[in-house]
Amino acid sequence: MTAKADVGYHARQHARWRLSEVAFWVLVLAGALLFPSRYLIMTDILRLGLFALSLDLILGYAGVVSLGHAAFFGVGAYSAGLLALHGIIPEPVLALLAAGLIATGVGFLTSFLVIRGVDLTRLMVTLGIALLLEALAERFSNITGGSDGLQGIEMQPILGLFAFDMFGKVGFFYCLAVLFILFLLARRIVHSPFGLSLRAIRNNPLRAAAIGIPVNRRLIAVYTLSAFYAGIAGALFTQTTALASLDVFAFERSADLMLVLVIGGTGYLYGGLIGAVAFKMLQEVFSTITPQYWQFWIGLVLVVIVLVGRARMHRWALWLPNLVIRQFAGRKAVVVVPERDAS
Amino acid sequence: MTTLFTILFDGVAYGMLLFVLACGLAVTLGLMNFVNLAHGAFAMTGGYVCAVLVNNSGWPFFAALPLAFVSSALIGVVLERSLYRHLYTRSHLDQVLFSIGLTFMSVASVDYIMGSSRIFIKLPSALEGQFDFFGVGIGRYRLMIIVICGLLTVALQLILAKTRFGSRLRAAVDDPRAASGLGINVPQVFAFTFAFGCGLAGLGGALSAEILGLDPYFPLKFMIYFLIVVTVGGSSSITGPFLASLLLGIGDVAGKYYVPKLGPFVIYTIMIVILIWRPNGLFGRAATR
Repeated sequence: MTAKADVGYHARQHARWRLSEVAFWVLVLAGALLFPSRYLIMTDILRLGLFALSLDLILGYAGVVSLGHAAFFGVGAYSAGLLALHGIIPEPVLALLAAGLIATGVGFLTSFLVIRGVDLTRLMVTLGIALLLEALAERFSNITGGSDGLQGIEMQPILGLFAFDMFGKVGFFYCLAVLFILFLLARRIVHSPFGLSLRAIRNNPLRAAAIGIPVNRRLIAVYTLSAFYAGIAGALFTQTTALASLDVFAFERSADLMLVLVIGGTGYLYGGLIGAVAFKMLQEVFSTITPQYWQFWIGLVLVVIVLVGRARMHRWALWLPNLVIRQFAGRKAVVVVPERDAS
Repeated sequence: MTTLFTILFDGVAYGMLLFVLACGLAVTLGLMNFVNLAHGAFAMTGGYVCAVLVNNSGWPFFAALPLAFVSSALIGVVLERSLYRHLYTRSHLDQVLFSIGLTFMSVASVDYIMGSSRIFIKLPSALEGQFDFFGVGIGRYRLMIIVICGLLTVALQLILAKTRFGSRLRAAVDDPRAASGLGINVPQVFAFTFAFGCGLAGLGGALSAEILGLDPYFPLKFMIYFLIVVTVGGSSSITGPFLASLLLGIGDVAGKYYVPKLGPFVIYTIMIVILIWRPNGLFGRAATR
């Protein structure tokens, strides 16, 4: 077997659907049918999961740290809101795509700023872009509604067939469908040669460039893709809540997103989804203890996670499932910590 | 013409204030390469300590200022020894997450203890109002800020350039391994510098309550300003951040005066353009990492 065929063989082996992955999605669907009274919060989790997935594409796979990912979420949210409000594209699925594409455009334009410079400059530039967009949205209040936000958005039925109901059932399944489709796409992308080259860049940009990977072009591509995902997440937010306000750009949103991804683990696609579930549960628990000050506990979780060490924490969390798998299936663990974290 | 001078004066006062607030960060982030987004929390602590002392315990304002410095520095050294020092060698992502966590905790705790509304520090009557200087209105409080901050800047520059501690710090930053090989206690130097930077932030927080406003969201609101000072100013010396904060101060005041509709838009745009043009800051040296 030649080296090239060998690489292809292993890549394909990695890309195969595993039983645990199927089980994960069955579990998601089961959750949807088991808790019919909790559609709103579950929709929230799905959106957050999709948003986290988009950050994972650049942070986990390409190693680009962003403090302003809410920028694209906000662009998507406002685009979807404006498209629906003025009846430009009344049909939600088309509007979703359009909003995603607008965010993609913004992502492509700003990617040139982001690929320059070191970590610190990237942090600043991404944060700056999000703040800039927030300031812009506040400034053009005749379009965006200023600090009151976009009001009076009325959503048309999806594909002209399914109208949004007040219990959020349609909204939930709509989000689930979008998340699943985009997840499949992301899965295909990260297992493609393109995805492999991204991981090479994350592990060592210099070496990646030396073996002939066009580092900057790949980073621009993945940053743009990630903006598309974030834009879709934002558009889903507007479409399911019929609301878009300035806080879609807020720094807290970007910071919470980091926490989501860190809880779930970076560098594998399920990290964002698992993290979103865990984060929402934590938030529920904390806000029942101290309604006004739940941010304190979120901060504490962040500090503890970093001090314990992210990799170590994930090993602890996976200890029990792996033990069970080893005992019963008699083979090596299916769920493993991603071999290297983003640095 | 006189409005121009007034803007210049207010801008300089604002910039000096930003410099005192941010110069601790210039050392930790610029020199020690630690992304400390929680720097504003130390400033807020100093501000609140000063406010409590002046408003509730009836201390004179000028006696409360040093205490603001000391309390922030103490908290800084405790946190540095217990938490921060474990993270010097970690990735930037870890540092960002850790310091965001600290910021959230500080915001929620201050909100819990002091309430969420903006608080004011009672100023002595000698500092209120303004006087006329060749037709230019000079605020007494702002003049005091310029004097205090100007003296501090000169003192800092002298300490860094002339004293033994300054040369130790520069050595420890340039090459920690070689420095400790020469018998410099690098962790101690870092801890002291960190505490001093936090103390300065605390002092700045106390001074800024009047101008920037003091509420529990201070660390989040002004985080970007501190970061701008450091990244735009670069990390090679104390003069870079100083000039950057003056630029930022004057730019912000002038922007708010001449184009009030654009708001903070001007500042962010300038920052992004400068960072694109010179990723290591206006006055930076070659890439540090």
